[in-house]
Amino acid sequence: MTNDVLIFAEQRSDQLNPVVLQCVTPARELAGKTGGQVVAVVIGSGIEATTQAVAGHVDRVLTISDARLEHYTATHYRTALRQAVEKIDPRFLLMPASFMGRDVSPRVAVACGAGLATDVVELTLGDDNALSARRPIYNGKAFGRVTFAADRLAIASIRGNAYATAEPGGAGATESLAFAPADGDDALRCSEVAKTGGEVLDVTEADIIVSGGRSLKSEENFQILYALAEKLGAAVGASRAACDAGYQPHSRQVGLTGKTVTPKLYIACGISGAIQHLAGMRGSKVIVAINTDPEAPMCKVADYVINDDLFNVVPALTEAC
Amino acid sequence: MKILVLVKQVPDSTTNIKILPDASDIDRGGVKMVVNPFDEFAIELAVQLREKRSDVETITALTVGPATAADALRTALAVGCDDAIHLQDDSFADLDELQIAGLIAAVVRDRGYDLILRGKQEIDLDSGQVGPALGEYLGLPHVGALVQVEIADDAGSLQARRRIEGADEVLDVRLPAVLTIEKGLVEMRYPSLPNLMKAKKKPVEVLSAGDVAGLAEATSAAGGTKMSELSPPPERPPGKVLSGDVAETVPKLLRLLREEAKVL
Repeated sequence: MTNDVLIFAEQRSDQLNPVVLQCVTPARELAGKTGGQVVAVVIGSGIEATTQAVAGHVDRVLTISDARLEHYTATHYRTALRQAVEKIDPRFLLMPASFMGRDVSPRVAVACGAGLATDVVELTLGDDNALSARRPIYNGKAFGRVTFAADRLAIASIRGNAYATAEPGGAGATESLAFAPADGDDALRCSEVAKTGGEVLDVTEADIIVSGGRSLKSEENFQILYALAEKLGAAVGASRAACDAGYQPHSRQVGLTGKTVTPKLYIACGISGAIQHLAGMRGSKVIVAINTDPEAPMCKVADYVINDDLFNVVPALTEAC
Repeated sequence: MKILVLVKQVPDSTTNIKILPDASDIDRGGVKMVVNPFDEFAIELAVQLREKRSDVETITALTVGPATAADALRTALAVGCDDAIHLQDDSFADLDELQIAGLIAAVVRDRGYDLILRGKQEIDLDSGQVGPALGEYLGLPHVGALVQVEIADDAGSLQARRRIEGADEVLDVRLPAVLTIEKGLVEMRYPSLPNLMKAKKKPVEVLSAGDVAGLAEATSAAGGTKMSELSPPPERPPGKVLSGDVAETVPKLLRLLREEAKVL
């Protein structure tokens, strides 16, 4: 085993997942302590832009390009990642805690005989050379430390915005590896990636989320949130109550049974902050609560609170942005 | 078609989490335990498949957990599962998710299940590792976070939609396969009292460590992480309440977001 840190440079349609460059930050810290290199692996078909985007941030890039890898499938991507692990023989493998990372990482861990921690917010290499990872559990109501077994590849998926984006740096020498699919990989085939929600940004992709609750009172009234979101380049989210009432599709629901989000800025408009909703967004970097009720739980977790009617505040905010 | 549904018993989502003084675990005293909400969707999907199709022979529920986890199996049986497997041994509490998947693989490998269902994640550890890892151990494809599924009449394949960031992946899958279920596909029906009584008579196979052939190999191939140092989430400093009418609060908020928080 080398001391290298391998990063799975996730891409879709040749667009690098921005969390990959955040993964470079802890990867450099680990490599700095162990004397290893930071190596990225790009997997797909037509991955030139991604390769270029990541090459300026790492010591080496490994590319595995093949028509069969055009769309993600858990089986083909597991095989490609196992090839990369066999080639580099790294001590650590980091990847974004995205839908892809969450889906493929357990298979890669089993395939490579590795340990795995998902949704990690902090990695620590102790004085005893043992790697441990801090991660939220019980929907963010607690945190725990996961300590990896020694002498075994350690895989961690890194939560978005847990680390800052790394500055450019590194030689980024590129080499390619021929994809060698394994038996049974074709039991899973992706025929289509269908966009949902039109051109509107999804809550899991956004740096800023403007989110509304049942007090918006109608689907139509959500338009004031969309207007603000457009000004901010934000996604629109909603509470379970608002989705159950039919004001927004469940694909926009933030919370325990919806999506967990960790944007830089979360603007909660008329959301009281039920424990299940807080579970899905309390990892946000900055929280703004706009709510007439100063006792609402959301106002207790927010960094900035405006106790006023959202129908006054939101349009004024849109105007002023 | 033989269906296996994996269920886990977890603290109810409204539980206030208290951490033990030695930070090794949460305080489980007085905590209401329920079937993992995402696993409920898996149970319901299995029962609906039986109602829609004529070829579902058996639906088996499986859990790994202490004696009290039998309640989760009973709920699954009351909703429509036929029988259950309870993997129960004090030593199983030390296994991490990948090792649990290895354990389950060792037990079910030769039982010929065509479809293995589970929730997309557990709401206690939140990791969602067991479904995909089990697929890997068994050499089967898996589809994670499934929102739609259509199984072919000959039960040889299925088409699935899986939710990702801002899109759905449409997948063709050969059976046998592992599927993990996202919210929204189905809602679990309520287990009625008579059905809960009847569930008591359905067979539950209890297996301990000694009953699992190849256990040591199955649980040492991957994983082996240890969880410790539990803590409450980092305290957020008290927020700033901006007062005045919107002519004051809105510019103040924008200035703070730009200059203090630096997020705009």
